[in-house]
Amino acid sequence: MSDLEEFRAEVRAWLKENCPEEMRDGDITAENQCWGGRQWEFQSEAQKIWFERALAKGYTVPSWPKEYGGAGLSADQAKILDEERQAINARKPLSNFGISMLGPALLAYGTHEQKKQHLTGIARGEIRWCQGYSEPGAGSDLASLKTKCEDKGDHWLINGQKIWTSNADISDWIFCLVRTDFDAPKHEGITFILIDMASEGISVKPIVLISGHSPFCETFFDEVKVPKSYGEGNPSVVGEVNRGWDVAKNLLVHERGMLGTMSPLKGTTGPENLGKFAVEKIGLDAAGRLDDPALRERIAQAELDNWAYNLTVERMTDEANAGNGLGAKSSMLKYVASELTKRGTELRMDIEGTTAATIGAEGIEYGSLANNWLYNRAYSILGGTTEVQLNIISKRVLGLPSQ
Amino acid sequence: MPLILNEEQEMLQDAAQGFLAEKAPVAAFRKVRDNKPADGFCRDLWAEMAEMGWAGIIVDEDHGGSGFGYVGAGVLAEQMGRNLTASPFFSTSVLGATAIQQYGTQKQRDENLAAISSGERLFALAVDEGPRHNPSRIKFSAKPAGNGFVLSGTKTFVADGHVADKLIIAARTSGEQGDADVITLFLVDADAPQIRREPTPMIDSRNAANITVDGLEVTGDDILGELDGGYAALEGILSAGRAVLSAEMSGSAQQVFGVTTDYLKEREQFGQKIGSFQGLQHRAAHLATEIEMMKSAVLKSLKDLDEDFENAGITCSLAKAKTGQVAQLATKEAIQMHGGIGVTDEYDVGLYFKRVHVAQQMFGDAGFHSDRWAKNSGF
Repeated sequence: MSDLEEFRAEVRAWLKENCPEEMRDGDITAENQCWGGRQWEFQSEAQKIWFERALAKGYTVPSWPKEYGGAGLSADQAKILDEERQAINARKPLSNFGISMLGPALLAYGTHEQKKQHLTGIARGEIRWCQGYSEPGAGSDLASLKTKCEDKGDHWLINGQKIWTSNADISDWIFCLVRTDFDAPKHEGITFILIDMASEGISVKPIVLISGHSPFCETFFDEVKVPKSYGEGNPSVVGEVNRGWDVAKNLLVHERGMLGTMSPLKGTTGPENLGKFAVEKIGLDAAGRLDDPALRERIAQAELDNWAYNLTVERMTDEANAGNGLGAKSSMLKYVASELTKRGTELRMDIEGTTAATIGAEGIEYGSLANNWLYNRAYSILGGTTEVQLNIISKRVLGLPSQ
Repeated sequence: MPLILNEEQEMLQDAAQGFLAEKAPVAAFRKVRDNKPADGFCRDLWAEMAEMGWAGIIVDEDHGGSGFGYVGAGVLAEQMGRNLTASPFFSTSVLGATAIQQYGTQKQRDENLAAISSGERLFALAVDEGPRHNPSRIKFSAKPAGNGFVLSGTKTFVADGHVADKLIIAARTSGEQGDADVITLFLVDADAPQIRREPTPMIDSRNAANITVDGLEVTGDDILGELDGGYAALEGILSAGRAVLSAEMSGSAQQVFGVTTDYLKEREQFGQKIGSFQGLQHRAAHLATEIEMMKSAVLKSLKDLDEDFENAGITCSLAKAKTGQVAQLATKEAIQMHGGIGVTDEYDVGLYFKRVHVAQQMFGDAGFHSDRWAKNSGF
C-alpha cells in the first residue's frame, strides 16, 4: 500500500470512530455550521464533540503547519481527508473567514509571531474574524478606499467607515484595509491591519436587505487607537506599511476560491435536484415528462451546467494540486458559482409560482425560498461583482490589453 | 482518479500536436477540400496515423492496438479538432472499434480488430434515418427469412459510409417504430450488390453517404451483439462516439478561441487594440469560462468510458450537450470578433464554424442531450 493509501485508510477509520452520527447530515449551511469565536455557543453536544475531536487532531485546519494548530497535511493528504469526510457526509468541524481568507494570507505574508497568535486562535475556534474591505465609496473600485490610518508614534489612529462587513456584530477581530498614504497612487497607500473589534471607537450597525435580515453590517471607526504591535515580532500590520494591496489581492484570490466552491450550490438553493423538486410540485405528463416543457428544458440546462461546474471545481483542484496552481482562474469559478446559484433559486421560484411569492403576516420568513432567492441576488455582487470577475479573467487569464 | 491527464496521456498529446502540426494542419484540410478526392481524406496520412498506433488507439494490445482507451482517443480527437484533420479515425477507430471490441464475438474480434489497428479496414455506423438524430425511431427492417434475415431500408448521413469496407447497421428485427427493445446490429460488407451508397457532400467537407439496402440476406453470424438486444449496444457505441466527438469539438473550440484572442490583441481600431474594449473582453471572458466547463465535462466522459463503460452514457450526454453549445458559441464569436475577414473563405475560422455545426448535429445536438438527461433524471 502506498503512503497515501495508508493515510486514506487511517483517515477513514478516524472519521468513522470520531465523527458523531448527527454531524453526518450533508453539507454545512450558514445556519448549522460551527463558526467559533468568543461569543460562540455550540448548537448541540454532537457539534461540540466533533469540534473538540477534530481540534485535538489538527483537523480544524488540516493543511496548516502543526505549530499553528494544524495537522501539517500535504495537499494530497488534505484532499483525501476532504474526500473521506464528504464520503460520510460529515460537516466541517469549523468554518469561518479566518480559515478561508485571513489564514492563507497570513501563511503567505505573516511573521512567525503573527501566525503563532492569529492562526492558532483561528485553528482553536477562539477568534472569529470579519473582513473590512468595502466602503460606501469603494465597492468594485476597492483601491479607492479612504478609511484613514495615521501614524501616532506608538499606535495607529483610525477614522472612517467600512460596509458589507459580514457578521461584524458577532466577530471578535477584523482584518482591514486602510489608507496610510493619501498622496501615493491609490494602490500604493493601502495597509493591511488587524484590529480587535472590542477597541474603543468601533461601532457596528446591521444592514437590512431586500431579503430581510442579513449578516451584513456597517462598521464605523471613530478615533480608534490600534497598537503598533501585539508583542515582540508581532505587528498589527501584515506585510509592509503601504503594501497592503499585495496582501489584499492574495486574500481576494482565496475569497474567490471559497466563494467559487461554496456550499449554496449543493443545498436546496442551487440547481441540484431541481428536476426532482419540479416533479413534486408540477407532476408528469402522460409521456412521463415534466408537465411544463419550457420549464423542463430550462431545468435540464441548469442541472447540466451545474454538473459541468462541479466537475470543473474537481478538475481545477486536481490541476492546482498537481502544481499548476489555480491563480486567476478562481475568478471563473466565482463567476459561474454565483450565476448558477441565482439561476437555481430563480428556477425554484418559477416552479413554485405564486406559492413561493406568498409571504406570511410576519413578512419574508428567514430561510424560506423567497428569502434565499432575494438574498442570492447579492452573490454576483459580493466578493467582486460578476463584471469585475470578467475583467480579471480578461486581463489575468487571457492577457487582453488595457485601454 | 484525478480529473487530469496522466504522464503517458500527456506524452500522447505532445506527440499528436507535433505530428498534426507537421502533417495535417488546417492547410492540409483545405487541400482535401479543394481537390475533392473521392475518399474525402488522404490515404497516406491515414496509413501514417495507423503506424503511430492511432487507428488502434482503444484496441487492446493483443489485437495490434495501443490500448490507450477513450481518454487516449479523446486526446487525439482534440488535436484533430484543433487542426480540422479529416480521417477515418472517428468512424473506424472509435465507432467500429468500440462496436467490435465491446460487443463482438471472439470470432468477430479476431477477424476485425487487427485490421482496424493496422488501418487497412474502414468501418461506418449506419444509424440515423432522417435529418435529426433519433435512434429510438429506427424503421430500417431486418425480416426473419430462412436461417437468417433480409435487410431493407435507408440510412442517412452515414459518416465515412462512402469509403467504409464494413457497415454496422442498426435494424428493427420486429415491433413498431419507437419501440427500442427490438433493435439488432448487423455487421455487413459494404460492397454487397444490394447496398447502394450515395455520397452526400457536407458543409464541413467531410465525407458521408446515404445508404439504401434492398433485400440483403444475412445470417445469425452477421449479428453484432445480441439479437433484439442491439439497442443497448447501439447506445454504448453512440456514447463512445459522443464523447470522442465532444473531444474533437472541444479542440476546435479551444483552437478557434486562441486564434480569436490573438486577433483581439493585434487588431487596432479607433487607435487602440480592440481587445481593450470591455464589450469584447466580457464576451471573451465568458467564453473562456465556458470552455473550462466544457473541458471538464469532456474529460469526465472519456474517463467514465474507460472506468465504467456500461454506465458512462449520461456523462457522455453531458459532454455532448455542453460541447455542442460551447463550441458553437466559440465559432460564432470567432467570426463576429474577427469582423469582415471572419466571413471570408480565406480565413480559417469559418471552416471551424462549419465543422462544429455538423459535429454538433451528429449523434444528438445539445437539445437532444438535455432531453435525454431530463428523461434519465425522471422528469
